[in-house]
Amino acid sequence: MLEIQNITKSYPGPRGVVRALDGISLRVGPGEFVAVRGPSGSGKTTLLLVAGGMLHPDEGRVLAAGHDVYRLPSEARSRLRARAIGFVFQQFHLIPYLTVFENILAPVLAQPNSGARMRAQDLIARLGLEQRRDHRPSELSSGERQRCALARALLHKPGFVLADEPTGNLDDHNGAIVLDFLSEYAASGRALLLVTHEARAAERAHRVVQLEAVVRTP
Amino acid sequence: MSLWRLILSEIRFRKLNFLVGVSAVVVAVACLVAQVNLLEQHDRRTEKILAAKEKETAETMAGFEDEMRIITKNLGFNIRILPKDLNLVNFYAKDYADKYMPEEYVARLSNSRLVTINHLLPTLQQKVEWPERAITIVLAGTRGEVPIAAQNKKKPIQEVVSKGKIILGFQLHRLLTRERGKEVTSGDFVVLRGRTFVVHKLQSSRGDADDITAWIALEEAQEMLDKKGLINGMLALGCNCAAERLGQIRQEIAAVLPDTQVEEFETKATARAEARSRTAEQAKAAIERERKGRESLREEKEAFASILVPTVLAACAVWLGLMAFLNVLERRSEIGLLRALGLRSRQLLVLFLARAMLLGFTGAVIGYVAGKFVGTRLGENTGWSWSSPFEPPILLIAVLVGGPLISALACWLPALAAARQDPAIVLQQEST
Repeated sequence: MLEIQNITKSYPGPRGVVRALDGISLRVGPGEFVAVRGPSGSGKTTLLLVAGGMLHPDEGRVLAAGHDVYRLPSEARSRLRARAIGFVFQQFHLIPYLTVFENILAPVLAQPNSGARMRAQDLIARLGLEQRRDHRPSELSSGERQRCALARALLHKPGFVLADEPTGNLDDHNGAIVLDFLSEYAASGRALLLVTHEARAAERAHRVVQLEAVVRTP
Repeated sequence: MSLWRLILSEIRFRKLNFLVGVSAVVVAVACLVAQVNLLEQHDRRTEKILAAKEKETAETMAGFEDEMRIITKNLGFNIRILPKDLNLVNFYAKDYADKYMPEEYVARLSNSRLVTINHLLPTLQQKVEWPERAITIVLAGTRGEVPIAAQNKKKPIQEVVSKGKIILGFQLHRLLTRERGKEVTSGDFVVLRGRTFVVHKLQSSRGDADDITAWIALEEAQEMLDKKGLINGMLALGCNCAAERLGQIRQEIAAVLPDTQVEEFETKATARAEARSRTAEQAKAAIERERKGRESLREEKEAFASILVPTVLAACAVWLGLMAFLNVLERRSEIGLLRALGLRSRQLLVLFLARAMLLGFTGAVIGYVAGKFVGTRLGENTGWSWSSPFEPPILLIAVLVGGPLISALACWLPALAAARQDPAIVLQQEST
């Protein structure tokens, strides 16, 4: 379960302080698919990074897998991410010199897992990437890249998945594959927090959270 | 999937960056190894030159010694062995010894194992009247040099005078020429104390008692002076074997002939010894000059290396650091992702430092070979040193250990920057 409590996060900007998140609270339970929507710059990605233990909030706390995430030391937080959280990004962030198979296995670098290769093989098959197993990202289509990134995020069977516009760069067909897969994964008892501005993605969610535009203070 | 696999895949993917980094290490290591190699070759060459010089000097000295021996030999004998009971005051006053010793002493001496003297010449010498000419002369009987058994036979200093023949000193043959009104020549007859001799040789002027000396065979002199089987001196050439040479000679001779005394013609001996030692000093000085010249050249080379090597090392370290920074910049997204996947800062640091060390090791191996090659080619033509490519072993070890370490140090800051990169910032920037 993922719980965000009263989170505030500001950035210094060229025209004053940007308050990206202002007292946000959110709870995503096991098997729940929550979509976060909002205009560009409303703090959707910031919320995801805070929820994933990568961006320290100014105020509030994040509870994940029984831990108060930002009370953990940095190393422990890294281990928590490796063990319990899966990330899917709009830009895929595949490692350019690794094959599809190796990219999917990348989390093993942080969290060794004896069954990882079997699991990766299984995900490749389920996501229709068998023919691309030994290809590099530059040789893949956008849809294939995102499926590869999705497989990587789910390799360790994380308790919750944070997806940032996972279908933003995909056509309808590939977008549907990714959303189906994520919905199916959430339905297996994991939490899914998905940031999107697309209606088709939000429609699949159990709940939709709407973020408003950021506040600038001089 | 392992960090090692990730490193190798990345190197294969970004070959150029890796190769440029490796080339920095190659240049630094090659420069160092080549300089060490050059200095070593210089030392080897110096050893060769000095050894050759020493050998050449030894040969020259041997040759020179031989020449000096011949030259100084021409100065004549420098040792005189006299009867022990001879009063030297009388001897110097009369210019001959009035005491005698058995001729058999010569055989005794020549059969001994003497090393300090050679060219043993028994003489019977006495001032006598030449009644036919009404003058006083020195009559010297000699029988030719007697070799010393323990030594190689040497070319004699003094010519042998056969029986019935005579050698005339300068003043004597001048007198005869004046009296006869014609030049006395070899083969002429001369009557001395009732005996007729054939002139064997005419001596040129020596400016001493030799000018009034007539040399005849020892046996004839013994008969004429009524000293059968006796001699009154033995001449010899003393060695230049030690500073306390005369003491040694006296000791050796006294052991064989206790009834004798030894006198030295010091100036002749000194001239001979000084000539030899002066030559030896000159040779030593020449070698020393060569050694100093080589040392000075080495110092110049060392001074050059002490500037060149650190400069190249520093430049290559900066070059390496820049390449590492470029690598980190290129891999920002990857670093952000790996951090998001849970890779810890320390693991990222290891990732970049391991790459740097691999780069350093590769560069060190290539640089070592290149340095040996360049050093040998630029060296002092002492031949290829591939027979000992791992010499000195400490250099090889230093390079193979130091290369990766210095490379890791040069890449430390970029690696630290990578490890400290905030994944949130990277991912946010990459997402916009």
